[in-house]
Amino acid sequence: MKQDCKREKRVGIIDYQLGNLYSVQHACTFAGLVPEIVSNPLKVNSYDGLILPGVGAFGEAIYNIRRLDLEKPIMDFIASGKPFLGVCLGMQLLFTESEEFGMHKGLNIIPGKVIRFPKRNNMGDLLRIPHIGWSRIFPAQNGMIHFPQDTPFSEIAVGEYMYFVHSYYTVPINPEHSFSITNYEGINYCCSSVRDNVFATQFHPEKSSQKGITIYKNWAKMIH
Amino acid sequence: MVKRIIARLDIKGPNLVKGIHLEGLRVLGKPELFAKHYYETGADELMYVDVVASLYNRNSLHDIITKTAKEIFIPLTVGGGIRTIDDIRAVLRAGADKVSINTAAIKDPEIIRSASRYFGSSTIVVAIEAIKDQNGKYFAYTDNGREYSGVEVLSWAKRVEELGAGEIVLTSVDREGTGKGFDIDLIKMITASVSIPVIAHGGAGDMQNLMDCLKNGGVSAIALASILHYGFIKNQEVKGDFSSEGNIEFLKNKRLNSNTPDLSIIKIKHYLHSNNIPVRLSIDETGL
Repeated sequence: MKQDCKREKRVGIIDYQLGNLYSVQHACTFAGLVPEIVSNPLKVNSYDGLILPGVGAFGEAIYNIRRLDLEKPIMDFIASGKPFLGVCLGMQLLFTESEEFGMHKGLNIIPGKVIRFPKRNNMGDLLRIPHIGWSRIFPAQNGMIHFPQDTPFSEIAVGEYMYFVHSYYTVPINPEHSFSITNYEGINYCCSSVRDNVFATQFHPEKSSQKGITIYKNWAKMIH
Repeated sequence: MVKRIIARLDIKGPNLVKGIHLEGLRVLGKPELFAKHYYETGADELMYVDVVASLYNRNSLHDIITKTAKEIFIPLTVGGGIRTIDDIRAVLRAGADKVSINTAAIKDPEIIRSASRYFGSSTIVVAIEAIKDQNGKYFAYTDNGREYSGVEVLSWAKRVEELGAGEIVLTSVDREGTGKGFDIDLIKMITASVSIPVIAHGGAGDMQNLMDCLKNGGVSAIALASILHYGFIKNQEVKGDFSSEGNIEFLKNKRLNSNTPDLSIIKIKHYLHSNNIPVRLSIDETGL
């Protein structure tokens, strides 16, 4: 911990002109990070960690990222091995493609698709969409009784509640890229994803009360 | 599905206020104190409503939002006097996560479409303030329950869903502030006709009311005000430091009678949990 305090950990929060970045910014500050909102492609690589937040529609988001010349800096940052965090739509954008309002190509960091909740579950119950509210998260890997240490979920209890707001969810092709799962009205789906230095959550840790802030603090520890 | 318990704070100038049928506002204290308490005791969301937004300037609301967003990490919906895309952007920038719109949406429903496209459906909550007429029909009112719009509630609810609203917060003005229970007929009529989440508001007086609404109303959430505020005041030394604005007689005299229910979010959630209504409790509390 002492080493952590030695120097400021600067984190870029990518602004692609959609959604509310401020709650992510406040959560970072609260977790001891020094966040900065960034839309200048030349600055992206200067941070110690990078966050892709987002609320809104996939197509518009990816269009803005490309229009603002942010795709390559994001890819370069990820290739550099520094910690990268995707939140909500920011997680979905990391996937290969989304079916939201037509097919859109994503950043393809995590192979897989983004699909819409069905109108009804297997029992025939009507689903209220968007899914807005608190759902419990569980490890995606069979037989795991705790979330592993030295991950963003260390100290988070299995079955803890997190806050979700979405109509689409991710389906990673490789099961190893699924870190946790949740359930909404009988639909089980991947709610956080990991691949090397990239971590992403479908829920909003910055809106998930003290437990969500723990995730930001854990993520902060991974920044060197 | 896990039902949300939302603490609703009606705000006038720098103060938390509460009325009956959305009228006759009493000053209850500093909204920040109440908000923090609700956050720490397990509220699933907060909702701030600037009840006289059209009459006063809004700087104090923006200050309250900013202070809240810095230390409270649950979703915050802000409503009252929001008329344009720029108004929405301003409250989101101040730190809100969602906005609720009533008057502006009734005057020009297209704002729902443009706002939900621009900010995402889940950011746009439409507030419907319903009053039942003599023939048993419900009509939507604007300007915090003061102005008759002639818009019928059921068709309006369906319309706002089509236009892209992410949620509806449905207030029974007839019940609001009375503690006489939710208007379950109204609530059921709406939840049966839309597939977006509906938040019930207005009338909660005791635990049984909450249970009825969550069990039979088809709602995703309930918004509570009086029942929480009076419970908090009852258990707290009310400190001075109020703005001189508004009716503070109630606070000075602490005129709570013994009928004021001694309720808190924790008590409410435990009660609901023990009655098989899924609510968010911390893992340690549920023993899971």
